[in-house]
Amino acid sequence: MHRTGELFGQYKTMEQQRETAALGMWIFLSTEVLFFGGLFMTYTLNRSTYPDIFSEASKTIRLSLGAVNTVVLIASSLTMAMAVWSSQTGKKKLLTLFLIATLALGCVFLGIKAIEYHEKYVEHHIPGWNYQFEPNADVATNAHTQLFFSLYFGMTGLHALHMIVGAGLLIWLIKESLRGRFTPEYNTPVENIGLYWHFVDIVWIFLFPLLYLIDRH
Amino acid sequence: MSEHHIVSPKIYFIIFGTLMICTILTVVAAEIDLNQYFPGLNVIVALTIAVFKASLVVLFFMHAKYSPKRTQLVIIASIFWLAVMLFMTMSDYISRPWL
Repeated sequence: MHRTGELFGQYKTMEQQRETAALGMWIFLSTEVLFFGGLFMTYTLNRSTYPDIFSEASKTIRLSLGAVNTVVLIASSLTMAMAVWSSQTGKKKLLTLFLIATLALGCVFLGIKAIEYHEKYVEHHIPGWNYQFEPNADVATNAHTQLFFSLYFGMTGLHALHMIVGAGLLIWLIKESLRGRFTPEYNTPVENIGLYWHFVDIVWIFLFPLLYLIDRH
Repeated sequence: MSEHHIVSPKIYFIIFGTLMICTILTVVAAEIDLNQYFPGLNVIVALTIAVFKASLVVLFFMHAKYSPKRTQLVIIASIFWLAVMLFMTMSDYISRPWL
C-alpha cells in the first residue's frame, strides 16, 4: 500500500502524525550519535595517549582534499534542505532537481574520498602487512601511526558507508519524486531522509577538524 | 498544535553562507600555531567552530528550532549520553596513574 497523506486512526491531526514520524527519525539518529560516539571516544583516548605520533600521521593526509570535501558536503546539505522546502511547497520539478543535485554532490564527495584512499594506498599507509609510515621508521612509530590510520579509515569508512546508504535512499527518492508522489500533504520520506543526510554532514563537520586540522600548524 | 512550519530558502542560504565562512575560519586557524599562546588552543578553537557549525545544521537545516519540545528532548538526550560516555571514560583513563 502506498501512503498518500491520509490521517491514520491513532492520530488526531496531520501535524501530530508528521511530528511523530520526525520524532521516530530523531530517536534513530540518537542511536547513530552513540554508534559514531564510540569511535570518537577511541580516537580521543588514543590521541591523548600518543599526541606527537598522531600529529605526525595526521600531517600526511592532504588538507586541501578534506577542505574541498567539507564544502561539497555542506553544499549537499543546502540542496537537501532546499529539496525538503520544494516538497513542502509542492514544487515537484524543483524537488527532483534538488534531489539530483544532492546525489551528485554526494558522489563527488565519495569520489574525492576514493582519491584520498588511493593516495594512502600508494604511500603504504593502509594498516596491514605492507604498512610502512616512512622508510626506516622504527617499530614504535609504525605501530602508533598505524593506530592513527586504523582510526582514520574506520571513522571515514563508516562515514562513507553512511554516504553510500544515503545515496541509495536518494535514488529511491528521485524515482518516487518523478512519479509525483510527494506533495505538501505527504512528504515524510523526503523530510526524514533529509534529517539522515544532515546527520551524516554533522559527523563530517567533526571528523574534518579532528583528523585533518588540529595538528596542522 | 501550530501549523506546520516551513523554513524559507532565505534562512537556508544565510546558514549555508555562515557555514562556509566558519569552514574557511577553521582552516585558517589550523594553519596558525595557537598552542604557543595557550596549550591546546588549536584543538579548542577547531572544536568550538565545529560545535557551532553542527548547532546551526541541527537548529535550521534539521528544523530543531521549530520542532516540538518532545523532539528537542530526544536531541538533548543524545548529546547528554554522548557526554556521559566521553566524560566517564576519559576521567577513568586520566585518573588511573594517580593511584
